[in-house]
Amino acid sequence: MGAPFIVPALGEEAVRIGMDNPLTGTYAALGANEVIGARLAVEQINAKGGILGRKVELLVEDSTSGDAGTAVQKARKMIDRDKIDFLLGNVNSALALAMGQVAAEKGKLLIVPGGHTDAVTGTDCHWNVFRVCNTTRMETNSISKLLFDKYGKKWYFITPDYAFGHTLQQGFQASLKKFGGTEVGADLSPLGTTDFSSYLIKAQAANPDVIILLHAGDDMVNVLKQAVQFGLDKRFHLAGAQQELEVLTGLPPEARVGSWVFEWYWNQPNTPHVADFVADVRKKSGGKVPTARTWFGFASAWSCALAANGAKSLETPAMAKALRGMKLPPEIALMPNQPFFREGDNQLMPTLFVGHAQAKGSADPEDLFVVDSFVKGEDAAPPVSETGCVMKLPS
Amino acid sequence: MTQLVLFNVFNGLIVGAFYALMALGLSLILNLSGVINFAHGGFLALGGYIAFTLVPYVGFWGGLVLAPVLTALIGLLLEKVLIRRLYGRDPLYSLLLTFGLAYILEDATRYIWGARSLPYEVPSWLNYSLSPGLFFLTGYRLFMVALVAAAVAGLFALLKYTRLGMRIRAGTLDLETVSVLGVNVRILRNVNFGLGIYLAGIAGVLAAGMLGLQPTIGASLIMPSFVAIIVGGLGSLPGTLLGGLLIGVASGVTAVFAPSGTEAVIYVIMAIVLLVRPRGLLGEEGRV
Amino acid sequence: MINAARRFWPTVTVCLILLAMPYWMPLFGGYTELSTRILVLGLAAMALNFLLGFTGVLSFGHAAYFGLGAYGVGMAIKYLGTGTVSAIAVGTCAGTLAAALVGRLIVHLRGVYFAMVTIAFGQVFYFIAFRWNSVTGGDDGLTGWRRVPLDFGIAKLDILAGDKSFYYLVLVVFLAAAAAMAALIRSPFGRTLVAIRENERRARFLGIDVERHMWFSFVISSLFVSIAGSLFALLNNFVDPRVLRWDLSGSFVIMAVLGGMRSFWGPLVGAAVFVVLQDYVSSKTENWMSFVGLFFVLVVLFFPRGLLGLLRRRSSHESA
Repeated sequence: MGAPFIVPALGEEAVRIGMDNPLTGTYAALGANEVIGARLAVEQINAKGGILGRKVELLVEDSTSGDAGTAVQKARKMIDRDKIDFLLGNVNSALALAMGQVAAEKGKLLIVPGGHTDAVTGTDCHWNVFRVCNTTRMETNSISKLLFDKYGKKWYFITPDYAFGHTLQQGFQASLKKFGGTEVGADLSPLGTTDFSSYLIKAQAANPDVIILLHAGDDMVNVLKQAVQFGLDKRFHLAGAQQELEVLTGLPPEARVGSWVFEWYWNQPNTPHVADFVADVRKKSGGKVPTARTWFGFASAWSCALAANGAKSLETPAMAKALRGMKLPPEIALMPNQPFFREGDNQLMPTLFVGHAQAKGSADPEDLFVVDSFVKGEDAAPPVSETGCVMKLPS
Repeated sequence: MTQLVLFNVFNGLIVGAFYALMALGLSLILNLSGVINFAHGGFLALGGYIAFTLVPYVGFWGGLVLAPVLTALIGLLLEKVLIRRLYGRDPLYSLLLTFGLAYILEDATRYIWGARSLPYEVPSWLNYSLSPGLFFLTGYRLFMVALVAAAVAGLFALLKYTRLGMRIRAGTLDLETVSVLGVNVRILRNVNFGLGIYLAGIAGVLAAGMLGLQPTIGASLIMPSFVAIIVGGLGSLPGTLLGGLLIGVASGVTAVFAPSGTEAVIYVIMAIVLLVRPRGLLGEEGRV
Repeated sequence: MINAARRFWPTVTVCLILLAMPYWMPLFGGYTELSTRILVLGLAAMALNFLLGFTGVLSFGHAAYFGLGAYGVGMAIKYLGTGTVSAIAVGTCAGTLAAALVGRLIVHLRGVYFAMVTIAFGQVFYFIAFRWNSVTGGDDGLTGWRRVPLDFGIAKLDILAGDKSFYYLVLVVFLAAAAAMAALIRSPFGRTLVAIRENERRARFLGIDVERHMWFSFVISSLFVSIAGSLFALLNNFVDPRVLRWDLSGSFVIMAVLGGMRSFWGPLVGAAVFVVLQDYVSSKTENWMSFVGLFFVLVVLFFPRGLLGLLRRRSSHESA
């Protein structure tokens, strides 16, 4: 947590990473997991000698789940008063964009662990803003062919009415058009809808092959739960793009259905280092396995170290330059193939885990997803020219 | 298209019944004590979470019976310690106090049960649909309507046929006279508050089965309850019932024609009612 | 002579404290932006209090006009490319006009009904901002714009990079607004409002057009709140729909009550305490919501007259 009254220690001053993430409100669970990952990363960094030989400190502030004013305030506070060297955040896309502006204004390196709106590395990209999680377009591209080939050409969309949902829908619509499928209907549900029955009723009436659910968090829990209560999973195929373990654990077992994309999954028997990571996180989280969010926080914090140690400096332009094109080593990547930060938009190209949900794991109660295939991020991502990112590099 | 609208009307009635249950508890408290209980949603959430904790020991039905009782007891305690002091003061203060209480309850539930969504299981025999055509009428939803109907009937019976009910009704009209007539008003208010919270607790257990359990569930359901009361008319319980059903149906029908307006429509209705008939649909004159 | 001095010393003290704030704030673990935030939210709370404390009307939807001020600024800078002052003007006009229209419709309501309908209209604006993605940016917020340096012709004030410069600009606007509000409260119009607050029926019998005065009070209060909203947008270089939501309105009410509804500077004090407390507590613990909630409860139970109300009672006891 932040330390308001500490006088900087004399002698070797610590390097500070400031994390401005939701710890209360709708995204509390997701934000908290990212923090756990970041803390683990900082421990490991310090064990390996810190950043440029100096100890690393993690400051964490609650940005709240939706109040941009608070997120910006905390970001400024950590930059001005606490003199952080790196900024991390935010789960909420809008807050991530707001923080991006602050970072650009103050010339600090911002790494966005889990804010998905495409604009962060698209139309609103900055030379000092990097992102670890996938863009919505990458997610839809990774799974759309599978859905089309395996389940059918007629799709119905239920989309949460905010940028995240819109861009996911656009991504799927583009794929559908390319493959020659049909969109039999689409509905926008307000964020925070608790009762999806009217949308599900309409979806059923349109008689699609696949009902595409693009929600996140609590919305996804509610819509999936109700869809299964109505027996829709038996008559249509349910699918979407992004899915998270936090959602699946929040559902009753019979509602854990559908084809989805995970951005990282803990059960990877064939990937080295993952088992150790899972064990380390279990110790910190009271026995729970890491989720994609945990990995986002972990990789983001580690990227700070990589940037500084790579540039041999804490100057933001040098670090940004070092991070562009940087490949994540296996102990940090924790996935097949090697992720790297793409030049041109600062977007990480991780591997996407495409698969389906399962009611209960045979080995572990938290094994709720079966990975059917891995898709390389750079294959799923549109070229930089199509993202709308025009990056102005500092002189 | 007609079928779609009809479906949505039915469905809206089901959802509306749920809103009405929550609003009735709120209305009960508001009418007698003049307290605007912003923390009502927090109690709803508490009811759901307590049921979640009890279910492994006493099963779904045990949870359904016990959780609202326990929630009501907590409500009685809080009324005695905190809310009692605000009677007779400007309603602004009860609004602010319960606002603060709502924050505390949300944070407490997050602290005790965690921020993650918790899966609440309903008995599997309720998990069927009436027919492929009427697929959205699930056993659980019908059960919910039945339970709400029973609770509402029970409430109205209590108010009409018991001494306590009579005192509450009299107190709503003129508390001072009731006190002069020898009724212990303090206990009356306390019990009334507990009754309101009991209804919130039931709503919470039902919500857990229909939606998920998250600490923020209370905050998301409180506004429709207020709207139901305003639309139906302050001071009128049948009005609150009607208000809840009305906004449920309105939301459902809007979803057919203008899906992104489903939330906004309840506020539009509230604004229209307030401008055209401020006392609400079934409200009494002079309550403004 | 002594009376006049007595009346002015709180104002002078406040002004001195505010003038020096960026310099003494960091000594207590604060930072300049925090000071600016206190001023902006304090102005909003004081504007609300014009309606709440001085006219006796509870609006729970003032965030709507605060938010319209903010969106006005954002859209003016982003789409019209105007300078800071014009942007603030646009924002203020937007908020005030909306309030004038809404006020027209609701002045005949009272009490909890009035409060609820203000929430209703506030929510309608919130949903408009949310849905009209192409213009307002929807949930993602309005980005891609920032504070423009002020060009006075003879000198340039870089309010973007300079936190302190921006603070002083906000302070100037704040003091001007406060002076205007004070003048209004002291005027016969202001006195009439207080009369309405104390006893509406009697005021009506005296021939006062109560509805008209309430409408004016509502509009004036919204005018100042939309100025505050405009400054808020400039502070964050960002606007999103949450700036229109009813829970922000609730915070303004708390600040006013906390500081003291019956006193002029009360809401500013309330805002200062609230902002600093929230900032400090949320740094220390994840459970800051409990502390803030507990704080509300304690204020309502033990300090209903607010902090300044408490001081006033003490001092009147002494002089008795």
